[in-house]
Amino acid sequence: MAVKILYFAWVREKVGKAEESLDVPAGVETAQQLMEWLKDRGPEYAEAFARANVIRVALDRAHVKPTASIAGAREIAFFPPVTGG
Amino acid sequence: MAVRVQAEDFDVGVEIRHLMQGRTDVGAIVTFTGTVRGESGGRPITRMTLEHYPGMTEAELERVENEANARWPLQASLIVHRIGALAPGDNIVLVVTASAHRQAAFAAAEFLMDYLKNRAPFWKKEETPDATVTWVEARQSDDVAARRWEVPDEGST
Repeated sequence: MAVKILYFAWVREKVGKAEESLDVPAGVETAQQLMEWLKDRGPEYAEAFARANVIRVALDRAHVKPTASIAGAREIAFFPPVTGG
Repeated sequence: MAVRVQAEDFDVGVEIRHLMQGRTDVGAIVTFTGTVRGESGGRPITRMTLEHYPGMTEAELERVENEANARWPLQASLIVHRIGALAPGDNIVLVVTASAHRQAAFAAAEFLMDYLKNRAPFWKKEETPDATVTWVEARQSDDVAARRWEVPDEGST
């Protein structure tokens, strides 16, 4: 099923796009696995997700741990730690 | 209770007047205003740009505000956060809390800022005079500041 994937801040700059719709294969079950899968899509992804351990994840606009299941999510966002305020 | 994300500047006095319109149950108003510093780690800053996650930002600010209202008896609260290009000295964020007594207003304002810095999806980018642009790194101290508000697990002291 197609999922909307969003990138913000330096993740967006490195990937080279703000959002895309991707067909995620069934074996990719968690946000962490999705980052690993994205890395194989090209050098820009490999670079963006090289420090996957610092990248934060939101599923349908709510913070989750990278180990969270992405089953049923319509919108998945990847971004650096937030720096507002 | 209200949250706003906007490119435009805000006026603290105007916001307080709106918040207080027709109210006589408030005895204390606390405001916090965050502004753009002209230097960062010893380097001068000429410009700051704020990116955010439309939709999630508002949802997250509302969650943070609901949490503050659940913890303290607030009569009113407001969070305004700016986005886009800002210059040193410009306003970035405004938090206003109103309560019958000052303790709740002070504590809730501090909580709102600590939680917002840790959870609201904003990212700051800084530009120096030689046009070098860097994303601001999250501070460990902000994590620590947010964690002190965590409710201890049952059974722990």
